Amino acid sequence: MPITLTYWDIGFSAVLLILNAGLSIMLQLGVHRQLVISALRMVVQLTLIGYVLLKLFALVSPLWTGITALVMVGFAGYEIMARLERRFQGVWGFGLGAGPMLFAAGMVTVYALTTQIDATPWYHPRYSLPLFGMILGNAMTGISLGLNTLISNTLRERASIEAQIALGATRTRAFAPVIRQAMRSGFIPIINAMAASGIVSLPGMMTGQILAGVEPGEAVKFQILIMFLIGGASGIGVTLAVLAGAYRLTDDRHRLRLDRLTKA
Amino acid sequence: MLKVSFLKIFSLILRDFDLPDGEAVAVSGASGVGKSLILRGLADLIPNDGEVSLDGRSRSEMSGPDWRRLVTYVAATPGWWAEVVCDHFTDLAHAKELAREFLLPEDIFASPVAQLSTGEQQRLVLIRALVQSPKVLLLDEPTSGLDTEATAMVEKRLKTFLQAGGSMLFVTHDMGQAKRLARRTLHIHDNTIEELPL
Repeated sequence: MPITLTYWDIGFSAVLLILNAGLSIMLQLGVHRQLVISALRMVVQLTLIGYVLLKLFALVSPLWTGITALVMVGFAGYEIMARLERRFQGVWGFGLGAGPMLFAAGMVTVYALTTQIDATPWYHPRYSLPLFGMILGNAMTGISLGLNTLISNTLRERASIEAQIALGATRTRAFAPVIRQAMRSGFIPIINAMAASGIVSLPGMMTGQILAGVEPGEAVKFQILIMFLIGGASGIGVTLAVLAGAYRLTDDRHRLRLDRLTKA
Repeated sequence: MLKVSFLKIFSLILRDFDLPDGEAVAVSGASGVGKSLILRGLADLIPNDGEVSLDGRSRSEMSGPDWRRLVTYVAATPGWWAEVVCDHFTDLAHAKELAREFLLPEDIFASPVAQLSTGEQQRLVLIRALVQSPKVLLLDEPTSGLDTEATAMVEKRLKTFLQAGGSMLFVTHDMGQAKRLARRTLHIHDNTIEELPL
């Protein structure tokens, strides 16, 4: 039986946060303001998304579900862009993160909803949005790492890449080591997550299902499925983003085009 | 013959410049005027506009890599992509022969790149370009880190390259070297390029 929470329950848990703020004031850590503000933000954001989901679940509209998914991609794309030290100029700055993410997470979500999770209708926001969100969030981390490695290694290895190109190497050949490193680093989060789950961490979704009263066996099966979906989407997204990034860092004359990055 | 009808790199423009086989031309000018830009533009390593041809074949008909195999730029800052020296050479036997000429130790090809001195690196990147038998060499301060003896050996080899029908454009701050190798110079000043006798 799922247990429901009263506002009193939440109030009791918030006492801990007030304790933290008190500590910060006492020890002059200076973080109490940020602590309170971020806590308020969290409460407001989650409450809002709660209402949005409530509304979406009542509507079950493919249009509004799709729009919500796009907004999520928009935020995630912005997040990737903001994390890069140097980024691509123009629409590529945003598109290189958001494009592969939309494609990979979208494809994998649709694949899962149509073949493994039998929701009716298949796009039902109760299933599609949480699923899409989990996949998107993980793809975002991978793509962000992959692109970051691609750009910083290209800048660092600039002399070596240009030396090869000057000797007549194609861009594919000159960039192969950098591309490999970038893709490898994009894969690391999902590898770590899979290796650690169950021992170091109990994945949030599984824990949530168990708290909601689902049998652990069922929750585990669901979690394994999700991990595979996340892994698939991360892989596709990282590959697309890194290859597109490498393509954009060079041109059809096989030149290195660091001028397409924003200034440091 | 390398023929430049017109070449525009950013705001730098080179017009009607011919580099016949067997000839070397020095590129001179103060620091930062764009001497390297000319070489990099000719090698098509940076975006540029223009009409350049080699032995009657237009650059635009060739792929970038094909062009650069014939018109090879050697940067002032050496770049390495493997850990050990020998992994950077296509023709190791030929490279070893040249290394002897350039007064480099026999076992240098087995060394890690990280252990090379500036002068050793400079000679090795020149060898790396030479063993690919380019038609035109574009050298950016090829002997700036070398002592007199090694410089003389490198210049001797470059003259052999010219005698064999190669040609080259080189940036140097050493007027003595410019005169030893070339009879003409492309002098860059205030965004204009002037051809001067040496």
